[in-house]
Amino acid sequence: MAKEKSVLRDLLDDVMGLADSYAVTLKHLFRKPITEQYPDFKRLLPARSRGRIILTRDPEGEERCVACYLCSAVCPTDCISIEGAERKDGRRYPLWFRINFARCIYCGMCEEACPTLAIQLTPDFEFSKYGVLDFLYEKEDLLVDHQGKNADYDYYRHAGVSVEGDKGEHINEKPPVDVKSNLP
Amino acid sequence: MWWILGLVLLIMKLIIVISVLFGFAAYMVLVERKLLGRFQIRYGPNRVGPFGLLQPLADGIKLIIKEDFVPRTADRLVFLTAPAVVAAVPLVITAVIPFSDDLTIGGTRIPMVITDLNIGMLFVLALASLAVYGIALGGWASNSKYSLLGAIRGSAQLISYELSMGLSLVPVVMLAGSFSLVDIVNAQERLPFILVQPVSFVIFLISAMAESNRIPFDLPESENELIGGFHTEYSGMRFGLFFVGEYVSMIVLGALTAVFFLGGWRGPILPSLFWFLLKTMLIPLFFIWTRATLPRLRYDQLMHLGWKFLLPVALVNIVVTGGVMLFMGW
Repeated sequence: MAKEKSVLRDLLDDVMGLADSYAVTLKHLFRKPITEQYPDFKRLLPARSRGRIILTRDPEGEERCVACYLCSAVCPTDCISIEGAERKDGRRYPLWFRINFARCIYCGMCEEACPTLAIQLTPDFEFSKYGVLDFLYEKEDLLVDHQGKNADYDYYRHAGVSVEGDKGEHINEKPPVDVKSNLP
Repeated sequence: MWWILGLVLLIMKLIIVISVLFGFAAYMVLVERKLLGRFQIRYGPNRVGPFGLLQPLADGIKLIIKEDFVPRTADRLVFLTAPAVVAAVPLVITAVIPFSDDLTIGGTRIPMVITDLNIGMLFVLALASLAVYGIALGGWASNSKYSLLGAIRGSAQLISYELSMGLSLVPVVMLAGSFSLVDIVNAQERLPFILVQPVSFVIFLISAMAESNRIPFDLPESENELIGGFHTEYSGMRFGLFFVGEYVSMIVLGALTAVFFLGGWRGPILPSLFWFLLKTMLIPLFFIWTRATLPRLRYDQLMHLGWKFLLPVALVNIVVTGGVMLFMGW
């Protein structure tokens, strides 16, 4: 008799367990959906989310890129190709800069590798296209007229520019200190 | 002259029943997706038309336009015909279901059932067993491991649960004293059988869930383990037929539950057709709720439930019902 009772108790427990789970789902039926309906509602993405790649300029409007090939070298899908060139003053720049977005995986390693913070990823991810060739972005498509995420960054402004003239005559260079008059 | 009128009437009833059934099946898919969405705190389809109401249409067009692919090693003829079996069987079952009170036009009583078979329930049970052929043959003819495993599971499961389903209906027949579905509805004039036979009802409900291959008994399909089970290799409208078959059989099982346990079209005040449709929809809605709630059973749990629990309980229920009926002199 005792065993029989435990069988009934087990059955009751099982039924109660089922009823509980049904109650939980029923409760959820009357909750407001938490869906963000994407094309109607576009969530503001974080500034550092990784989407379409841009080439930024420094605060004075010059190209930041010095065509060092680091981004191209680090790219795991080899989707960046560059040909570097030199200006008259020795500053390097990319003659052409091409990213094949059909191959890009938006890993952001180019951004990490870039010493001048020229190449940057933007939160823009909505650029689907019908033709695969339309994903070839040339330098003029990539280059933007702003500083991207680093508005004041200008460290390599004169990197690689050849020195002309005497000491202290280079761009932004202060005249040398006269050691003989440098008395306490 | 009268037989032509009868033929016209019959064809009209057939057309109405089949189109209503397919319409309900198509919108059942939408209702299921909507409700599942709500159960999971999301919206479900709401892009095609207002509230996603044109979604079934879009799905249908998509399925028809898709390629009808037959694997090279498949048994071609069987592969092509198997989905039709699954889709046709539940349709044929509707032939014996009374869906409303008799209609009287100009003194002539028109029975609102396509055919009142005096062995209606046996017909239903026989056809319900036939549905397994579609699954077994489709899975076997695909010549794929996943399909075969799904088909084996499907046949084992359907045969096991067919048994308890049939036994759960025996008390209903004992109480009604007839196999005819019309007579069964008439026998519930005072009291629906769910109040007299709650155990039978629960067994029938569980078996019906297993018969329609739905969660928690969707082992033949089990998309996580077997890709798609018996319909892994199917595409396009042939897959669609399996799909439609599942939903039509859900509705038909709802209608059968209504007839056997909920008193069929009987109900106060409102027209009888309304009551019938309302009762019919209860079971599919409960199935959807179940799908949102329960996980899939393991294969041995499924067999355990069928053979060691439902079957003995159904047998005991028959004996008890018989005893009580004898005692009360029914």
